[in-house]
Amino acid sequence: MPLITPSKTQPSYDVIIVGSGAGGGMAAYVLARQGVKILMLEAGRNYEPEIETPMFETPKDAPLRGAATPDKHFGFFDATVDGGWTVPNEPYVVKKEGQWTEASDWGALSTTQNFMWWRPRMLGGRTNHWGRIALRMGPYDFKPKSRDGLGLDWPIGYDDLAPFYDKTEAVVGVWGSNEGLENTPNSSPGVLQPPPAPRGYELLTQKTCKPLGIPVIPSHQAILTKPINGRSACFYATDCGRGCSIKANFQSTTVLLPPALETGNLDIITDAMVHEVTIDKSGRATGVHYVDKKSGMQMHAKARVVVLAASGCESARILLNSKSALFPNGLGNGSGKVGRYLMDSVGTSLSGQIPILENCPPHNEDGASAMHMYMPWWKYQEQLAGKLGFARGYHIEFGGGRRMPGMNNPAPDNLTGGSYGKKFKEDARRYYGSFIGFAGRGEMIPNDDSFCELDPDKKDKWGIPVLRFHWKWSDHETKQAAHMQRTFVDIIEGMGGKVAGKPEFDGAKAIMAGGTIIHEVGTTCMGDNPRDSVLNQWSQSWEVKNLFVTDGGPFASNADKNPTLSIMALAWRSSEYLADELRKGNIG
Amino acid sequence: MNLSSPRSVSRRDAVKWILGAAATVSALDFEAFGLPGLPTGIGTDPNLHKKIIPWERILTAEEMKTVTALCDVIIPADERSPSASAVGVPDFVNEWVSAPYPQQVGDREAIRAGLAWIEKESAARFNKSFSELAEAEKQQICDDICSAARAKPEHKKGAEFFSRMRNLVAGGFYTTPEGWKDLGYIGNTPMAEFKGPPPEVLKHLGLA
Repeated sequence: MPLITPSKTQPSYDVIIVGSGAGGGMAAYVLARQGVKILMLEAGRNYEPEIETPMFETPKDAPLRGAATPDKHFGFFDATVDGGWTVPNEPYVVKKEGQWTEASDWGALSTTQNFMWWRPRMLGGRTNHWGRIALRMGPYDFKPKSRDGLGLDWPIGYDDLAPFYDKTEAVVGVWGSNEGLENTPNSSPGVLQPPPAPRGYELLTQKTCKPLGIPVIPSHQAILTKPINGRSACFYATDCGRGCSIKANFQSTTVLLPPALETGNLDIITDAMVHEVTIDKSGRATGVHYVDKKSGMQMHAKARVVVLAASGCESARILLNSKSALFPNGLGNGSGKVGRYLMDSVGTSLSGQIPILENCPPHNEDGASAMHMYMPWWKYQEQLAGKLGFARGYHIEFGGGRRMPGMNNPAPDNLTGGSYGKKFKEDARRYYGSFIGFAGRGEMIPNDDSFCELDPDKKDKWGIPVLRFHWKWSDHETKQAAHMQRTFVDIIEGMGGKVAGKPEFDGAKAIMAGGTIIHEVGTTCMGDNPRDSVLNQWSQSWEVKNLFVTDGGPFASNADKNPTLSIMALAWRSSEYLADELRKGNIG
Repeated sequence: MNLSSPRSVSRRDAVKWILGAAATVSALDFEAFGLPGLPTGIGTDPNLHKKIIPWERILTAEEMKTVTALCDVIIPADERSPSASAVGVPDFVNEWVSAPYPQQVGDREAIRAGLAWIEKESAARFNKSFSELAEAEKQQICDDICSAARAKPEHKKGAEFFSRMRNLVAGGFYTTPEGWKDLGYIGNTPMAEFKGPPPEVLKHLGLA
């Protein structure tokens, strides 16, 4: 990616965008094409998927067969640079066993931290490795409070965002199908790419779920099945989590930033750690302070408008660190809501061993690495009628089968009775490919006890105050997690399978720690008035008109739909508004 | 734990399923070992096209003899695939237990202790080193420790070691081309189209 250095910047820009992931990348894509002059500042290093992605390397080509380590938390090949649950030089503070402590856990499954915060330090951010699950929020999801009295309503409805979902899906490239299911919106005709054929175990799951009343339909994934815009279609090999050198899946670095750069309207500086938005006497944003990590120098960049897209919590941190006489509690924080209503998704999982999958005739089941099918939430009416004991829904993701053998034993001791030798080899052939894992992803309702704030003492390597996290699940979430476990047992047993390990029906134990699902949203929520929210419906600060946030921060709720697609659709909508306001001379 | 295996769901869950379902290599409590960025590790930004092992392999020649013999007791050659030692698994075990990360350091201690126990047992029962034993003699020892569920109290520790070793050897072996072929894994190859399961698979699953 052609980049500039801090010494090559223009004296001033129309817009500074902080962050280069889903929200920053999309803002740059939309604004640059409208002729807006942009400086993008990314805290991590340059990253080039075309060159760097390990496309066909196998576990044998990696140290420790690619296993997760404290250096690479999701395994050697994961497209995460200098990051994960901890980031070198950039601590954060969590509660662990009742004490405030610097976060250090890198195993999300066994953590006792109240919160886990995933950050990469690379161009394109988390879009390089994300799961590519691209589900639209539905009409109920924008007005949850109106529907059941809990949480917050968005100031916009589904119809406001629908055109931007269409545009986003067309540029990103999303496969899926239009099933017309409740609160699971169709895309406009011709927008979605055709989904790939289901795998054997996916068809088996579909058959099993039918009598249980659980729909199993094509997933929506940001992966091409048809070539577009010089990008190849998926060739059904290599894990999407490594990134994609043929650009078949969506990454900001392959899909959004190159066309934005082609306009000539975008300058990008990497290794630039933004920590403060600067203002003038009237309280308008004038630019940002950042640390050039290569030189350690303090820098300032000027622009007419500042767009924060550093991730929900990082953007909140920048605002909270932007204190002044005019904004003593942080910039644009008159409501006191910056950092508040932090949300993640409810997550729990369970796997089963399915005898009918044993000794399956060998066939290539890699597919597009991601799931080809999933289960959308199916109990909206029972839930609204109060029959479930928790207020919001979840969808189910599942996978298994004959995936690439990695650093694990295909024939676990509990099934083989401890075989070894030739018997063990026979057991491995028998059990390989016979597991399916199910994972629930559910809606969390924003609450007063889950938020981030500046730690009173701790600072990072550059002296910037860091975040500390407060977290509490409500009964709605823990009961939902227990319901997930019951559903998984029903499905596994419905297939004639056996649960591997033990299901956990105590929801408080089943639910994973806050942040673990990496759906970090809600810290700069939008609303319909400046008392209760940080941003208006355009993701524009109520108090600082030339300040916008386009990451997950503006979310007023966190539906079970994975947030990345909505982040991008919202960023597109906000950016069109911003370009229009710039043209009219209303801001900047 | 291989977190980078093809991902139908998320890596997070893949790990959990592996942990829960497929008895991984020493399912230790990660949390106890949450020490990021050890200086002699692979680092947080390694070149992903190169396999560089920055640490020295530390098992002694004597220990490696025992490891090699154990590898082939666990995965011997048969009509379908070679033995674990024929495809470099003993060296992989050494690579693993020599790594500076807490999980691997834990495995190192357990495995070195286990190797010493096996040798002591071989000497006591047959007055020979484990690698010099006849197959039936090796099996006599391994039968005592191959199952944690069935092991006598005095063999519980040995069984824990053997399970850990078996997981390591299986992980090492089934990530080789020979191991893939043995299991019938035929992916990681580009295809113009994904057609879904062939008819014989649909039939096998009762979906035809």
